[in-house]
Amino acid sequence: MDTNGSLNGNVPEGPLAEKWDNHRFNMKLVNPANRRRYKVIVVGAGLAGGGAAATLGELGYNVDCFCYQDSPRRAHSIAAQGGINAAKNYQNDGDSTYRLFYDTIKGGDFRSRESNVYRLAQVSANIIDQCVAMGVPFAREYGGQLANRSFGGAQVSRTFYARGQTGQQLLLGVYSALSRQIAAGTVKMHSRTEMLEIVLVDGQAKGVITRNLVTGEIEKHAADVVIMATGGYGPVFYLSTNAMGNNVTASIRAYMKGAYFANPCYTQIHPTCIPVSGDHQSKLTLMSESLRNDGRIWVSMKEGDPRGPGEIPENERDYYLERMYPSFGNLAPRDIASRAAKRACDEGRGVGDTGLGVYLDFTDAIERLGLGLVQQRYGNLFDMYEKITGENAYQVPMRIYPAIHYTMGGLWVDYNLMSNIPGLFVLGESNFSDHGANRLGASALMQGLADGYFVAPYTVGNYLASQTPGDYSADSSEFTQAADDVEDRVKRVLSIDGKRTVTSFHRELGMICWDYCGMARTDQSLKKALDLIPALKEEFWENVSVPGGGDELNPELEKALRVADFLEFAELMCYDALVREESCGGHFREEYQTEEGEALRDDEHFSHVSAWEAPGNGGRPILHKENLEFEEVEFSVRSYK
Amino acid sequence: MDLTLRVWRQKDGQSTGRFESYQVSGIIPDMSFLEMLDVTNERLIMEGKDPIAFDHDCREGICGMCSLVINGRAHGGFDGTTTCQLHMRKFNDGDTITIEPWRASAFPVIRDLVVDRTSFDRIIQAGGFISANTGGAPDGNAVPIPKPDADAAMDAAACIGCGACAASCPNGSAMLFVAAKVSHLAHLPQGMPERGQRVLDMVARMDEEGFGNCTNHAECEAMCPKDISISHIAKMNREFIRATVRGD
Repeated sequence: MDTNGSLNGNVPEGPLAEKWDNHRFNMKLVNPANRRRYKVIVVGAGLAGGGAAATLGELGYNVDCFCYQDSPRRAHSIAAQGGINAAKNYQNDGDSTYRLFYDTIKGGDFRSRESNVYRLAQVSANIIDQCVAMGVPFAREYGGQLANRSFGGAQVSRTFYARGQTGQQLLLGVYSALSRQIAAGTVKMHSRTEMLEIVLVDGQAKGVITRNLVTGEIEKHAADVVIMATGGYGPVFYLSTNAMGNNVTASIRAYMKGAYFANPCYTQIHPTCIPVSGDHQSKLTLMSESLRNDGRIWVSMKEGDPRGPGEIPENERDYYLERMYPSFGNLAPRDIASRAAKRACDEGRGVGDTGLGVYLDFTDAIERLGLGLVQQRYGNLFDMYEKITGENAYQVPMRIYPAIHYTMGGLWVDYNLMSNIPGLFVLGESNFSDHGANRLGASALMQGLADGYFVAPYTVGNYLASQTPGDYSADSSEFTQAADDVEDRVKRVLSIDGKRTVTSFHRELGMICWDYCGMARTDQSLKKALDLIPALKEEFWENVSVPGGGDELNPELEKALRVADFLEFAELMCYDALVREESCGGHFREEYQTEEGEALRDDEHFSHVSAWEAPGNGGRPILHKENLEFEEVEFSVRSYK
Repeated sequence: MDLTLRVWRQKDGQSTGRFESYQVSGIIPDMSFLEMLDVTNERLIMEGKDPIAFDHDCREGICGMCSLVINGRAHGGFDGTTTCQLHMRKFNDGDTITIEPWRASAFPVIRDLVVDRTSFDRIIQAGGFISANTGGAPDGNAVPIPKPDADAAMDAAACIGCGACAASCPNGSAMLFVAAKVSHLAHLPQGMPERGQRVLDMVARMDEEGFGNCTNHAECEAMCPKDISISHIAKMNREFIRATVRGD
């Protein structure tokens, strides 16, 4: 392990509030008439990727956009339910850019880069304006004004929403802008196409190798710049709230080519998911945490209480969040609420058949607000719950349990959202930049759109201004080599002809990660995971069975290539968790906790970003640190009591 | 539960398809329909047979990727439910379940149960947007929008673009899909400047893609997993007539 000097995040000089404005002025511009001569590759078509592709298309660049789904309208941004934050202060309740910035830094447990977070808070207001202009049907008050709610640990109402489908409506806004550019010919869309390799020429990102998922064709795409917005790595845990196809392949391929992977151990466990029901389970479903605005979380005070929820009298119930965190109560941030649920279940007070669940009860809300208003606010979520569990949550309390939901770690990027590989930009969940060790509710949509609409279009232009357009060729030896490598990988995985299915490996990997690198981690558990994962990886390459061929639509092959990359990645995640000997945000090491069981940070030794470089030949990844310097805020212990 | 599955198998767009039957046992009522197919596929792979290809992604009823005509009904025909949200407790032990891909000439089969729905994307590209470049938008509260209008726009905008409407229409019509987008934008002041051209272009594109016309069967509404009302088709027809009369 090498500990070099601090990585340079290229943060502009000047006071925090003026950095972005100054930087925008200092960045180079590309003459409008020259823009069409630059080719831009965007991998991923969610809020960040789709937003960047559409915006760069509007500016006149020549964009190629890729997604593995059959349409860019299906990216997993669509599944975000609760809302999007913006420092509009429409409610006159004391919100401001600075407050959103401060809340995000604090919520991230002081492990994010101050300048990036401030910029995020600054552009948040523009996002709402832009979305309204594009016809996103946000919820409105009777007077016609935009409605807000308080969400996920915020004490101001700054969350904008569209019923329980905010992510869908924002993504459809992006999709409509993207569709307009596709029709205009500035963006060429490649759906059902998966990026399997990145191509560097003289150390610069100059293109990607993709596989056409319908024909199996391996294609070479060259460009002046590559933007990846390929989402998080939650499905390394197999069961998560992510979509089945979400994967870490693009990021891990870039990592293997020299991009640094930052803070992979920061994984977010969402407290309000529907509990696991059996071994057949393929994914977990999130219930928006907006439910915590009105629902009350409780378990019985007794261990192993066999009584049903209706039989437990009020004075024998433990509303543990309200008890432990009186000022935030049921709205305590995600990591805190999740660990509290785990603690209750570890004490034997969990509910449901598996004992891995807690109640989320709306009885009081229905009494206070009336059934009609509860239905209006949460009707679609109650319907969803009933479809999955067969239970009516208006009558019996919901059962919820934490599940992997979002990953704060990702490829390391500087202030411009460019990785350490020149010409490779990384946006949205796939970068590490804004959420530190824990993301606040309704901030993922904000970051995706901020990166895609309002940051990358400037910073990518600044990079392109220093490049000669068209200085690449898909016929060069670098592209041929990369395409051959991909062909070999496909052939190799198809030729193993073993005895286990891809899914069985994925499930086993997920169990290892969840048991040993999940909600709580120890030195011992992580070392155990680091023993088990390489063995599983070895077995995968000897014993996986992938039916069918490479030149056809072959979902098993797609999964196999993704699981192979998850196996590479899992080791890195566990290693990062092992080395970070402190607890912060979503990374909870049992050895480092306060007497009350709260996360205990070690600011003296760990106030840095851990950016990992792939080792050349086996061995351990190489650590590069970016020291986090806080000019504006002072370290404090997150307290939500 | 023990079930008999009759599944449409088709190697690719050029090959002829056929039904094949599979016996599956030990299905648990808490499984989702797609988890039942996962289990079936795991067993087929272990028997050295070709797994069944089907589209799916989010598995929580919002991405619109999953499809399947189940026992003759799109998404199984349960109220407000996509295939991924359908659970096996809705079926009985010993049932025979027939599973087909979307059937519409504008949705050609790619493999087994997977179809090509890019025709929907091309309809949106013809005009299903508001031409507002990034940057320079006025304050979000600059133009108040009455709550009933915002709600009506949201009702229409809830469409997930799965294609169940076209798959269940006897005419293979995509009117509900197109109407949902037209109606969403026609309910908002931001949608007004392009109101006429939008509906004309989208309807023209829909016809070019080979979708049929609406003859008010209302199967689309009955099968729509998002309960989009056919009143939006009436709204689209009004918009279309208005644009035609005005000569937009």
